[in-house]
Amino acid sequence: MTARTPARRCIEEIRSLAEKIPSPPLRLMEVCGTHTVSIARNGIRDILPENISLLSGPGCPVCVTPDGVIDAAISLAEDPRVIIATFGDMMKVPGTEKSLERARAEGADVRMVYSPTDALRFAREYPDRKVVFIAVGFETTQPGNALTIERARADGLKNFFVIPAGKLIPPAMAALLEDSDSRIGGFICPGHVSVIIGADAYAPIVEKYGKPCVVAGFEPEEILEGIAMFLGMAVEERPEVVIQYRQCVDRAGNLRAREILNRVYHPADSEWRGLGVIPESGFELNDEYADYDAFRHFGIEPRPSRERKGCRCGEVLQGKVEPFECALFSRACTPEHAVGPCMVSSEGTCGAYYRYNRKKM
Amino acid sequence: MKEERVLLAHGGGGTMMHNLVGETILGKLGNPILNALGDSAVLEFGDRRIAFTTDSFVVQPLFFKGGDIGKLSVCGTVNDLAMAGARPLFLSLGFIVEEGLEGEILERILESIRAAAEEAEVRVVTGDTKVVEKGKADGIYINTSGVGEIRPGVSIAAENAKPGDAVLINGNMGDHGIAVISEREGLSFETEICSDCAPLNHLASRILDVCDEVHCFRDPTRGGVAATLNAIAGQAKVRIELFEKDLPVSPGARGACDLLGFDPLYVPNEGKMLVICPEERAETVLNEMRSDGYGRDSAIIGRVTEEGEGVVLLHTRIGGMRIVDMPYGEQLPRIC
Repeated sequence: MTARTPARRCIEEIRSLAEKIPSPPLRLMEVCGTHTVSIARNGIRDILPENISLLSGPGCPVCVTPDGVIDAAISLAEDPRVIIATFGDMMKVPGTEKSLERARAEGADVRMVYSPTDALRFAREYPDRKVVFIAVGFETTQPGNALTIERARADGLKNFFVIPAGKLIPPAMAALLEDSDSRIGGFICPGHVSVIIGADAYAPIVEKYGKPCVVAGFEPEEILEGIAMFLGMAVEERPEVVIQYRQCVDRAGNLRAREILNRVYHPADSEWRGLGVIPESGFELNDEYADYDAFRHFGIEPRPSRERKGCRCGEVLQGKVEPFECALFSRACTPEHAVGPCMVSSEGTCGAYYRYNRKKM
Repeated sequence: MKEERVLLAHGGGGTMMHNLVGETILGKLGNPILNALGDSAVLEFGDRRIAFTTDSFVVQPLFFKGGDIGKLSVCGTVNDLAMAGARPLFLSLGFIVEEGLEGEILERILESIRAAAEEAEVRVVTGDTKVVEKGKADGIYINTSGVGEIRPGVSIAAENAKPGDAVLINGNMGDHGIAVISEREGLSFETEICSDCAPLNHLASRILDVCDEVHCFRDPTRGGVAATLNAIAGQAKVRIELFEKDLPVSPGARGACDLLGFDPLYVPNEGKMLVICPEERAETVLNEMRSDGYGRDSAIIGRVTEEGEGVVLLHTRIGGMRIVDMPYGEQLPRIC
């Protein structure tokens, strides 16, 4: 591991570079839930100069999953033949009528897992049941899901299915910049996703939109150093993709993981909560694995997303409003009685603001 | 009740549980003693004060690194008494056993209860055993109740925390939660993490020997240090400020928390106590704590700074500041 630049030095550098930034203020967007949480937890917004602000983008896999998919998962959970296996964050996301957590309290068999292999284990242990794993996640977690699907096929398991809800980050970044109302000055690119896809994956975005990108780690010092590197590019007006998170990320990414992804999935148009359908932004199963698609097996077509009244999660995910600007935030919408997904997930923007920054100090 | 059904989150030590207890239960059963919602009820008999408490244990798995359900059932109740400033004296022991539990397992649990009671110098003086059909309980559930005598002259309660107080803890946060979750999920980490489960009555007594001005003791079990300090801040209506650089976490637990997405501030402990005392006495208390086997890694972690809205804040390592909130929902079910 490379030694990190001490926080104090990064802060000094950020302050001196920020003085050279012409108005209007510069807004950097992070598109990774782990960054969102680290920024909030470490109070990074507090220590940035006034003309530099951080926006949180669609970096939480749970938050960008359309509520139609959540409702479909709940309807599957209510089928007594089905065991739903899911990461914990998904449990509390409100669907139209209820969450998976509530469905469980009513008798549905919903189990929290830490890995898709746990779901595979259930499929072996309960050959008479149908095990459905909700495969949300970005490029980081999808190779693991893909391997699990390959393993299910190799083992001849006929009672294991996935809800293919995985998404690709770069198409969403491009879609955000296409929006004429966009306030985004550039990106802090996700660290984990970049381990898999490599920093070069962002080059087309820099080329087309002229916005700098920096791939940063997750420790507060790493994020600060990443912001300093970003400001360096902004001041010199030479947008590029630079890597702060050098100990884990290179230009090309993890070729083996990408190969696994390609064996099992292909990119397809996909709906993002709040952002609508984005071309080539979802992981769809290749034909030879299509039997593992839970929606196809059970003949379910998730309905399009429908935001709840007053909920501004969609705009939050696009960096158009801050959670504080939503009338529901911390009133009708709290982590325990969440209206929108950004409040529920541990990586959601509203949840992070609520937990760490809700009372102005 | 607000919800139609009880959710796991109602048992999580967070806001939902506080609402269940505060509204649903106190609504029916509230009385001045119960309403105090301390770790123990304080009962007055003339000029003697007795602490009385009860706790149930449903941990899964029954055995984990550093402890088991038996040790936990003694330490949990002993610690609740000790946190009221009491010397624990007597315990009751209630078993709910699932049909088919192996005799050898029951004996191991009993032996561990015996050893823990001996260390804590308490006696089990009454008990009850029920057996339920296979599949109706998860091996064994244990309830213990305890009584102890409160030391004359001490007044320990969350409401006593006031500006100018220091906040101390007797060692690393989160080891119990990580040990149980690792055992349950079959996770292994480079460094083996053992539960901190321990009786703290002797340590509490030593602290009171050197400082009779202790304002508050609390054991940060469910919901961890964050939930416990929020409860104190809320009851005393004070602001508590913590310093991230001073929070003790073992490297093993930190690594595990990073991997699992937990914040050590929220992970349950079973052998930790928070001590709130006037700042000028903090060094004396700290030295006494560090000389005890259950307090070697003790640290001063924060201060009570001002009266007002009950809130806990954290000065981050890099100079920012953030809220340390009450946890929401169930983070780690069946941990004790």
